[in-house]
Order: sequence, then structure tokens, then C-alpha cells
Amino acid sequence: MTIYTGKSVFGGIAIGRLSVYRKDDSQVKRVHIDDPEAEIARYHEAKETAIEQLGVLYEKALKEVGEDGAGVFEAHQMMLEDGDYIDSVENIIRSESVNAEYAVAQTGDNFAQMFLDMEDEYFRGRAADMHDISERLINVLSGKASGGIQANEPVIVVADDLAPSETVQMDKDMILSFVTVHGSANSHTSILAKTMNIPAMIGCDIPLDDSVDGKMAIVDGFEGKVYVDPDAETMAAKQKIFDEEAEKKALLEQLRGKDNVTLDGQHINLYANIGNTKDLALVMKNDAGGIGLFRSEFIYLGSDHYPTEDEQFAIYKTVAQTLAGKKVIIRTLDIGADKQADYFELPKEENPAMGLRAIRICLTRPEVFKTQLRAILRASAFGKIAIMFPMIISLWEVQEIKKIVEEVKAELEADGIAYDKEIELGIMIETPAAVMVADELAKEVDFFSVGTNDLTQYTLAIDRQNDSLEKFYDSHQPAILKMLQMIVDAAHRHGAWAGICGELGADLTLTKEFLAMGFDELSVSPGRILPLRKIVLETDVSEYKKSKI
Amino acid sequence: MASFDYVIKDVHGIHARPATDLFKLIKGRDCTVKVAKGDKEVLFKGVMGIMSLGAKQGDTVKFTFEGGEADALCEEVKAFMEANL
Repeated sequence: MTIYTGKSVFGGIAIGRLSVYRKDDSQVKRVHIDDPEAEIARYHEAKETAIEQLGVLYEKALKEVGEDGAGVFEAHQMMLEDGDYIDSVENIIRSESVNAEYAVAQTGDNFAQMFLDMEDEYFRGRAADMHDISERLINVLSGKASGGIQANEPVIVVADDLAPSETVQMDKDMILSFVTVHGSANSHTSILAKTMNIPAMIGCDIPLDDSVDGKMAIVDGFEGKVYVDPDAETMAAKQKIFDEEAEKKALLEQLRGKDNVTLDGQHINLYANIGNTKDLALVMKNDAGGIGLFRSEFIYLGSDHYPTEDEQFAIYKTVAQTLAGKKVIIRTLDIGADKQADYFELPKEENPAMGLRAIRICLTRPEVFKTQLRAILRASAFGKIAIMFPMIISLWEVQEIKKIVEEVKAELEADGIAYDKEIELGIMIETPAAVMVADELAKEVDFFSVGTNDLTQYTLAIDRQNDSLEKFYDSHQPAILKMLQMIVDAAHRHGAWAGICGELGADLTLTKEFLAMGFDELSVSPGRILPLRKIVLETDVSEYKKSKI
Repeated sequence: MASFDYVIKDVHGIHARPATDLFKLIKGRDCTVKVAKGDKEVLFKGVMGIMSLGAKQGDTVKFTFEGGEADALCEEVKAFMEANL
């Protein structure tokens, strides 16, 4: 048995055979050719094929990993069509009377070197793109299929590093785990492993040769270890953990369909956060009681123009109908800060987290806001929709919003268009200001939903992206927990309900605390609903309160 | 002929995404576009040339347009730069 270690990016156990992913790095030969023009024509043909291949990869990636992961293939298409690149290849073929493979390899190396010589790290990283597109061209020219995994059973994929163009071509049903020698926690492979829910490891010291290829192995994503040729004892121990994990999943499955009631009869709603209609399947699969946060900004971010009323209406209607009467809370656009859409033409800001974003855009550009409200209200006739407004700090904002909602309702009324006249309106509580005036705000709305990520950032004055502040950052900071209690109390005093839709809502160590505080709803990513339900079912809130005194 | 100077505001500079979009804008137009940063000038024939300038936040780039559509394209590119970079 040999043990290798690495950094785990996703937990879990995988047991199966290793398959070493080999890049095809056979040397390109320099061959003299007699007809340069015919060779150039051959190059152009290969280029068109490569662009087509990338188009297919783009579509595949778009479905599997979304726009962010797919963009690289579109960029590669553009690089293949680059005038300077084409000129260089043609020039080498013509002036040296050599084969296209050689000209492409030379050009790729030259351009990669040009990027490597640049100061900025971003531009240096583009050298890898040059090699990737040149390799693709050479594979087409020489008629070779690009690398892949050959397996007839699911395997553990071992590689130096995996480019997006490589993982996207793999059959996902044949992969038990990813283990790479290089790569970062934010790499494409890590993200893919999380989406696929399989263990993955990076920075692993495993050799990429026949000493491991095809061998039986165990990947332990909890420990960050790979056991090759495990002995019977290790195999039995890991198999036990593997079975326990499987059993846990199965046990959670049994919680489907159960009501979220504590031992002493307190009820809480467990809803799902989604950012895309594609997540609807997960909402149903994990037995969510509704959607507590529908991030409507994805409609704006995925578009190159202001989404029209009809475009939005179609999406909201689908969601309302799919949930068939369960509540769907749609948050109006939360653009700005780290979420930018070009056509909004927002000014560059020194401090975007405190800038023109979310409701501030809506109240500055009421026509954009009204389009969205009209679409949501029209969809409300097809299910149970509620509307939630982000980034509130003042009472007048809520009053202004309600005035605009009334205007839109009156327009729909005048046009004879159906909508839910009882539609609930709520606000996100994500600024310390909103907490302090929560009583006044609660009188105006039907519900509060706490955005703990922003509330924590603004309260502690800590940017969570900044790793160097980790020592100071504490998501359970007493100031935050006190605020949460203030928020619930204010809501309940005025007949509104209160929930949490930030990441803290899924923190299983706080579930009992949230129940004791009196929260009516927790909205979390779909996969966290059943684990939360388990705790709710096991909790006795009055006993818990006594134990705290 | 038309031209304009532009100071990059985007923190990432002229990276792959805007370079791609810019190239889509000028592709197939009746116009020759040159881009310069300092004493380095490239003929804008694709994403690589403009990226090779390594233009970052605070750098000034000069766009020059020659051809039938010079004036119109100049305005379009300028608008694109202002909105995206």
C-alpha cells in the first residue's frame, strides 16, 4: 500500500481504480513541403474545425457549468481567428516551406512567450491559452483525437492539472473523484467536483505513471489522502466510512415529506435559495417547502440588454407553476457591487459595496424597477409569489417602493391583467441601519429576511474576501446574534414574520439558537434542507432555552 | 481619419473578455484600426495584438481609425471603452 497526500477541496470517500489522464505531448516534426499554398489551405480548414469543436464545447459547458465556465471556449475561438496569429502561421509556412503543424507550434510558442514576458500575472496566465489552442489545431491537423479517459467502469481520475476543455469532454458518470498534482481550490476542477458532489484533491504528490495507473485506490476527501493498493485493513475501515456516508444520505432521504416541527411542537419553514431556473429540480428533490430567495439578478447578468417584461414574466411564471402553490419569494434585482451587467452602464466606484446597487438602482431608475415589478405581478396569478427588496436602510425607501408597487398594480388593473391582490411584500435586513429601525419597517411590510453575509460585513466592517482578516472575522460574533434577536422581536411585535436567507441560516451549529430566537423561516441552498430538518425534528426548544440559563 | 485617447479605468485592464468584445465590434468593418500605448503601436487584427500592449488601469491608449467607416467606428469604440474599461 502506498499513501499520497494532498489538499482536499471536497470531502467524501471514493473507492475504485485509478486512471491517469495523459496529455498528448508528442513532438511536432518539421517537414519540408513543396506547395505552401496548399498547406495554408489545410491550416485554414483545420482552424475552422477547431472553431467548430470549441463551439460544441461551449454549448456543453454552458449546460454543465454555466456561463462563467463556458466563456473560456468563446475566448479561444476568438484567439484562433486572431489576425496576428493567422499571419504568423501563414508567414512561417510560406517563408520556410514547412508543414502547418510546425508553423502552428512555433506560432503558439512565440505568442505564449510574448505573454510570459509581460509583467502582469493575468496576462502571463494567457500563455496557457496559447498552448491550449495551438495543441487543438495540431491535433486536428494530425488527425489525432485529443486526450481523454478510457474506462469501462467509473474511475478516479488522476492528472497533472485539468483544463476546462479537458473536464468538459469527460463522461461525468464515469468519474468517482478527481486527484490533481497542481491546480487551485478555485480551479475549474474544484468547482466541478463540488457541483458533482464527489471527493476531489489538489496539490497531491502522486506520480503520473504506470505505478498507479489502473491500480485499486481509495480517495479520502476528509483526510486529504489517496491510498493506492490499500491493504485489507485500510479497505475495511474506509469501506465502513463510505457505507456510513451512504447511510447518512439514505437516512436524510427518509426525512423527505416530514413536517419541520420540533419535539415540543414549534414549526419552522425550510425554504431553498436559488439563482437559476435550472436549480428548480434540486428544490423539488430536496423537498423544500418553498423558495425563500430567488435571485432575480441572474436574469439580468445573463442578458446583454435590459430583460423585457415578457422575458422576465416567462421565467417567473415557470417558477410559480413548478412550485405549484408553495411560496416563491422573488428578490428584485441586486445588481451592483460585485455583480455587474454592462448595459446598466453603472459608473465605476471607489467603494462599490457601499455604492449604487440593488434597491438604490431601482429607486434611481424607476422604469427598470417597474418593468420587473410588472413581470412579477403578472406571474403572481400563476402561483404564490412574494416580493422582497434588497439593501434597505430607511423607512422612506420602503414607502416609496410601496407607492411604485401600487402604481404598477393600478396599471395592471386598468389593463384588465390578473395578479395576486394579496401578494406579500418583504424586505431584506442586511444593513445595521435597517436593524435599528426594524420596528418602523416592520409596520410597513409582511416579512423580513436577513441577509447575514452583508449584515455581517457591514456590521463588523470586514470584507470577507480579505483572507488577512480571518483572525478578526467571526460569523457567530455576539453583535450579529444580538441583532438577529432584535430583528425577530421587531417583526413579531408588528405581525410580520422573520427568516434568514444568508449563509448563516445553513449553519447547523446555530439551528437550535435560531429556533429559540423564534425565526419562522430559514432559506438555504437546496442540499442543506434535509440536514436542517433532522436537527429541527430532534430539538426541544424549551429544554434548549432552559439549558442556556 | 479619426482618433481618441483613453485612460483605462478598469482594474483588470484590457483583458481577454473586453478584447474579445472589442474585436467583434471592429471585425468586418471598412476601417483599419491601430492601437498604441506609449511608443508601442499595434494594428488591431485580433485579441492578441491589443492584449500584447498589456494596458492596465491608469494607462493611456490611443485608437486611430482610417477608412470609410472611420468616424462611425471611432464613436462606437469610444462608447464601448467608456462603458466597459
